[in-house]
Amino acid sequence: MVAANSTAPLSITLRVWRQAGPNQPGQFVDYQSKDLSPNMSFLEMLDVVNDQLTAKGEEPIAFAHDCREGICGTCSCTINGKPHGPGKGVATCQVYMRSFRDGDVVTVEPFRAAAFPVIKDLITDRSAFDKIQQAGGYITARAGSAPDANAIPVPKPDADLAMDAATCIGCGACVAACKNASAMLFVAAKVSHLGLVPQGQAERDKRVLAMVSTMDELGFGNCTNQYECSAACPKLISHDFIARLNRDYFNASLRASFQPESQSTGGGAG
Amino acid sequence: MNPVGFFFRSSIGRKILMAVTGAILIGFVVGHLVGNLQIFSHPDKINGYAQFLHQLGPLLWVARIGLLVAVVIHIWAATVLTLENRRARGPVPYGFKHTIRATLASRTMRLTGYVVLAFIVYHLAHFTLGAAQSGTFKANLPKYTMAQDYAVAGFPVVKAGTQVDDVYSMVAHGFQSPAVAIFYIVAVGLLSFHLLHGFDSLFQTLGWRTHRWAGALRAAAVAFCLAYFAGNLAIPGAVLAGKVKPRAVAAATR
Repeated sequence: MVAANSTAPLSITLRVWRQAGPNQPGQFVDYQSKDLSPNMSFLEMLDVVNDQLTAKGEEPIAFAHDCREGICGTCSCTINGKPHGPGKGVATCQVYMRSFRDGDVVTVEPFRAAAFPVIKDLITDRSAFDKIQQAGGYITARAGSAPDANAIPVPKPDADLAMDAATCIGCGACVAACKNASAMLFVAAKVSHLGLVPQGQAERDKRVLAMVSTMDELGFGNCTNQYECSAACPKLISHDFIARLNRDYFNASLRASFQPESQSTGGGAG
Repeated sequence: MNPVGFFFRSSIGRKILMAVTGAILIGFVVGHLVGNLQIFSHPDKINGYAQFLHQLGPLLWVARIGLLVAVVIHIWAATVLTLENRRARGPVPYGFKHTIRATLASRTMRLTGYVVLAFIVYHLAHFTLGAAQSGTFKANLPKYTMAQDYAVAGFPVVKAGTQVDDVYSMVAHGFQSPAVAIFYIVAVGLLSFHLLHGFDSLFQTLGWRTHRWAGALRAAAVAFCLAYFAGNLAIPGAVLAGKVKPRAVAAATR
């Protein structure tokens, strides 16, 4: 996809989803974007187009962006049908115009999912992910000073695997890429990165049950094991974590159903 | 939540129901094929086998009801999950459709499933109920007399001289119609394609698949589906090619 050291300027037709606000009808609008440096980023190209639109007195294209270095997960849009556009393991802000050829028609759409309603143009409301996180994607721990290093032993392979899951930036590309708009890769990453380390064990069952149940309630789809999510993930988080989530959820459900509970009604110091 | 509620109400629970019922049905179709491949042996074999299954009586009904329950749960879960999946995309679909790596088999599960369901209905009407091609249905053919004992695991279960249904000739007659034979071949071809995704997908759903052996699992799934299709192709194929003939015809030419 990436042309080697190309410096020749290129022009593309940008086909962008324009939608004035939530629940309003939207449509694709074509814009000519000319004489672009192949080394400018996709977002810089949108900046240029927006400058031109503003100069003409038109409404600029609304798109979400923040760090522009692939670590925040804010810049989320679907470019030619793939979340975050061409390339592997990159966010939209890390896509460069050299990924396209002169004369290409480039279609840009917001992430499409019922749980991610469009706010305006390319911006979607991804707070559904926050709700899943709030359901259990944390450790209820003393928030005091930093604990002693190595006070809690963590095997290196577990730490490595936990870190793989923890690279999730919560951008929502997995949902956008999934044929069923399922959030399983996101939930799997969040459940696994805490479930793999000792600090996460106490709330492990409660966490997986609550996060999956919240995911279901928010109207995400179901996993059909097609692995589009992990292919679109800017952090290349493996769908192995989904298998791990399935197993975790199954075990937690059985334990929640059959584990004895305290029947004590009194006693003690009172 | 009680475990039954968990299986039937949660997304992952329903997926596990899909996987478990799918595994049961894979086990059935393999056993069914292996049993039916006895048609390439003496007619005693498949006719004795059919008689043995019928002699199971209540056990046969336990198996049949079990399979029916598995099919119903498999289809129910698929329907509920698919309807949820459609709603989950939201009101506006993508304008630019793109697939990164989802396999064709995985993207056509619903369509191949419809064909398999239609095939199951026809197959039962054909060889179990006798509603299709009733002229050559086993109940309407002359009885077959067992030449030798039919043994299962060393125990003779059908004695020589027993009058049994002539399943051998029914199958041979059935596949002498090219339309029927081709429908069977196409349907089991699509079933094999359905299993190509189902076979390794169920390991993922049950949480047993990791990248460390995913390649081997995929290779096993492909090999399994090819072998399954070849076995199923062999029976109508052999009849069409004239290698397996109805018993009366075979006796006359002998």
